[in-house]
Amino acid sequence: MKYLDEYRDAEAARKFARGIARVTTRPWTIMEVCGGQTHAIVKFGIDELLPREITLIHGPGCPVCVTPVELIDKALELAARPEVIFCSFGDMLRVPGSTTDLLAVKAAGGDVRIVYSPLDAVKTAEQNPHREVVFFAVGFETTAPATAMAVHQAARKGLRNFSMLVAHVLVPPAIEALLGAPDCRVQGFLAAGHVCTVMGYEEYLPIAAKYSVPIVVTGFEPLDILQGVLFCLRQLEGGRAEVQNQYTRSVRKEGNLPARQLIRQVFRVVPRKWRGLGQIPQSGLRLSDAYRELDAELKFGVAELRVEESAECLSGLVLQGKLKPTECPAFGARCTPEHPLGATMVSSEGACAAYYRYRREPAQPAAIQGNDR
Amino acid sequence: MCLAIPGKITSISGEDELMRIGKIDYGGIQKEASLACVPEAKVGDYVIVHAGFAISRVDEEEAGKVFEYLRQMEELSEPGSAAPP
Repeated sequence: MKYLDEYRDAEAARKFARGIARVTTRPWTIMEVCGGQTHAIVKFGIDELLPREITLIHGPGCPVCVTPVELIDKALELAARPEVIFCSFGDMLRVPGSTTDLLAVKAAGGDVRIVYSPLDAVKTAEQNPHREVVFFAVGFETTAPATAMAVHQAARKGLRNFSMLVAHVLVPPAIEALLGAPDCRVQGFLAAGHVCTVMGYEEYLPIAAKYSVPIVVTGFEPLDILQGVLFCLRQLEGGRAEVQNQYTRSVRKEGNLPARQLIRQVFRVVPRKWRGLGQIPQSGLRLSDAYRELDAELKFGVAELRVEESAECLSGLVLQGKLKPTECPAFGARCTPEHPLGATMVSSEGACAAYYRYRREPAQPAAIQGNDR
Repeated sequence: MCLAIPGKITSISGEDELMRIGKIDYGGIQKEASLACVPEAKVGDYVIVHAGFAISRVDEEEAGKVFEYLRQMEELSEPGSAAPP
């Protein structure tokens, strides 16, 4: 497919790897923020193309993984109601709440439906005027415009049977929270290309300056990631800490202005608890007052719940890049995708799921295009 | 979750800008996506689509720059040439 296959070329990947080896003079630790990048790195064995001095650590960029247990429990409560059709992205169905998951609620008779787009949930509400349709709005800035459009369409169509449970989170405050931690090892960041496609990268400028870290906005294919690493290393080796854009075919400095405007109209920024990371100020989205009638938490009065995480799950450390998934004692034994202890083992973008899928045996990376690496 | 893939717009419908829908071809598979936030996109353009929603139009000129960079990097690393920038 155009704009995908050419960025998986094995020979070009090797050239980038050689370029990276030439500029590297000492150890560096770089975090890729987005779970999509984590999967590409583990799947294509990109980390194994890099010199030994370079450590890639995996960031918290998986919205499914960081959705707090309290919100999952609210979703479970709503999904079990007989009048509700509960619409969710497929990734959320196996994420464990404090006692069960959405898949179990569905098996017990709950009307839980997987949707590909928030706009599909609006259609479901139109087609089922006598049922209550609740959409579980999970995602980063990448997903927020589609969610905002669903709100806009539902309001415009006057749908009174549509609402959403909003779990949207924002990336820059989480990066700041990681950098502000006293034991932070991250020296450079690969920022998430699709988040920046929507939001642009101006908000990263003060972060790069304050913490003296290079931040390279990076795409998701092997050549994108390798070039992002190279840009980051050139800055680190040269003593610079700037915001740089690798993913120029999609990301403009100001982002997507109509999408940003849509987000601003529909949401307001609020503090949010992240699973594994705790409360982060100004890191979540909630429906603005103009759209409060579509807020499922208010509409159904789901109680404020207080729950404890499984003590055995170390996903908090994984999400902060302090522990590799394979270093967790439960990994692959008491915690598998079929019986996960935490969300990082469930989501298609969770670091534990990526390692379980590609790294249980001695590494067998998927072939980059050309199959001759 | 932030998975978004490029596809080619094969047709556009919809009464106004915010309701603009495109038929998108992903290497043979066709699916609809909202074009509300890419008002500049035309039939034949590639857009990057996430959750049924186009978030950007692919900039063709920029798309080639990775390869241009690689070519320059290789030239500069030839023995006898200056160090890469």
